[in-house]
Amino acid sequence: MNSSRKRICAAALVVGLSLTAAAEAQQSGDAIERELETYRSMLKADPWSNPGMLDVDRGEALWKTPAGPKNVSLEGCDLGLGAGKVDGAFARLPRYFADGDRVMDVETRILWCMEKLQGFDRLKLITRPHPAAGMPVRDLGGIATFVASRSNGQPFKAAFTEPREREALALGETLFYRRSGPMDFACSTCHADSGKRIRLQALPVFSKPEEARNSVGQWPAYRVSTAHVMTTQHRIYDCLWQMRLPEVELGSEVSVALISYLVKQAEGGEINVPGIKR
Amino acid sequence: MPAKPRIRLPQTARIGEVIEVKTLVAHAMEIGNRRGSDGNTIQRLLLHTFEATFAGKEVFRANLHTGTAANPFISFFMKVLGPGEFEFTWTEDGGAKITERQPLNVT
Amino acid sequence: MARDAEMTDRRAVIVGLSAMATSAGWANPAAAQTGPSDIGAVLKTLVGDAVPVEGRIALDLPEIAENGNTVPYAIRVDSPMTDAQYVKAVHLLAPANPLPRVASFFFTPQSGKASVASRMRLAQTQEVLAIAAMSDGTFYMHKRPIKVTVGGCGG
Repeated sequence: MNSSRKRICAAALVVGLSLTAAAEAQQSGDAIERELETYRSMLKADPWSNPGMLDVDRGEALWKTPAGPKNVSLEGCDLGLGAGKVDGAFARLPRYFADGDRVMDVETRILWCMEKLQGFDRLKLITRPHPAAGMPVRDLGGIATFVASRSNGQPFKAAFTEPREREALALGETLFYRRSGPMDFACSTCHADSGKRIRLQALPVFSKPEEARNSVGQWPAYRVSTAHVMTTQHRIYDCLWQMRLPEVELGSEVSVALISYLVKQAEGGEINVPGIKR
Repeated sequence: MPAKPRIRLPQTARIGEVIEVKTLVAHAMEIGNRRGSDGNTIQRLLLHTFEATFAGKEVFRANLHTGTAANPFISFFMKVLGPGEFEFTWTEDGGAKITERQPLNVT
Repeated sequence: MARDAEMTDRRAVIVGLSAMATSAGWANPAAAQTGPSDIGAVLKTLVGDAVPVEGRIALDLPEIAENGNTVPYAIRVDSPMTDAQYVKAVHLLAPANPLPRVASFFFTPQSGKASVASRMRLAQTQEVLAIAAMSDGTFYMHKRPIKVTVGGCGG
């Protein structure tokens, strides 16, 4: 390869690298989406090989193993269908639990059981509960991923009949549309209009049930960019963090309300977790 | 509690058949140039070798480098010559090993 | 054809790849890395003085990786996989990564197929390079370009 071709190759590479993002943006959105679909379908092709399955396995072991100061397993935990009954429980959450006198999503409920049944310190469980990039999901999230996977193939069917459940749903919808914080963002700023994207990431429109049904059922999801499973509570936390809103606490009324709204929008949509995503 | 590696073998296999073996192991595969939240560099820690033996004989081996993604997935093939047990070993920088065994049902 | 002649000239392959590595700024990585970072040195360890020939290798890769942290791939090498003729090893390289080596896979005649699937990390858009070492001492190679993008806030 003579030196002028070498220079052209090197220059082309540098130019190619810097223009790639801009060039893709200018290219037809459909063409890019098609190429990205190859990547996404290669990742999804073999659900067995989804690294999130390692957390499902770990979560199952944690569910069955005695732990905490009281040294009991979580098999006595009632997720809404009776003590220890895991299959189908996630599909019916969030729901009102009389023992805690509040509405809980799956992670809030597991937090409850880890505290009340196993004797864990609740403050420790909700302090820095979500993994940093490169770290695996923590025990609570791993258990939640396992529990959620036991509703795979089922549709979201949380009833929202109990008054407190309806309140959570109403609060979730209000919060979804309410602009606040220094950027004046609401969830709806990004997730209520078609055709919106952040860089190359197309954003699901949760205000449209048909899009919510395709999207919500993939969470918890293994994210390749951070090499860990991101649970739904973590996803909400991260969104609000990016919106420059105050940190949302694991299991807080706000987090459960937003999850309730998303699950209601996704009603009838199939659960298929862990998803695998960028 | 770390997760056990996942191993996928066919339910049964015939002699002479070429089967696919899939493995998946949890590991951050730290490459040594990332910074943690404290600002310090996270030290390199990789699973550098994967070995698969069947009936005591090596049938497949891999050296994994920094270019291998976290939570390594490896799938390979083997011709079934007779009954036996697979032993899979992942070796980490520093020498720690993860080992899994699984028998193959040969009809 | 001129292009084929270039491909079989190992020096041309190394010079071309070194040019890519230099322009990508990875020619002199931080001291914290271990192992040869120069693609030329890596190739020398793998093939010695031999000249890899283009062919025999199929690489399944997406055209764009939505995120470079995990990129699925499969490598298949055409070989009868008999005691007399089999693929000893396949090496995958990402020359524009800080360290170019992705993985090396070692087969035996009992492998049945010289075929492997795994996942790699890519620092940026580049051409990945696969090299197959055959039992008779010959080497084959194959390159595939892949674009690496940065996505959005992650949904």
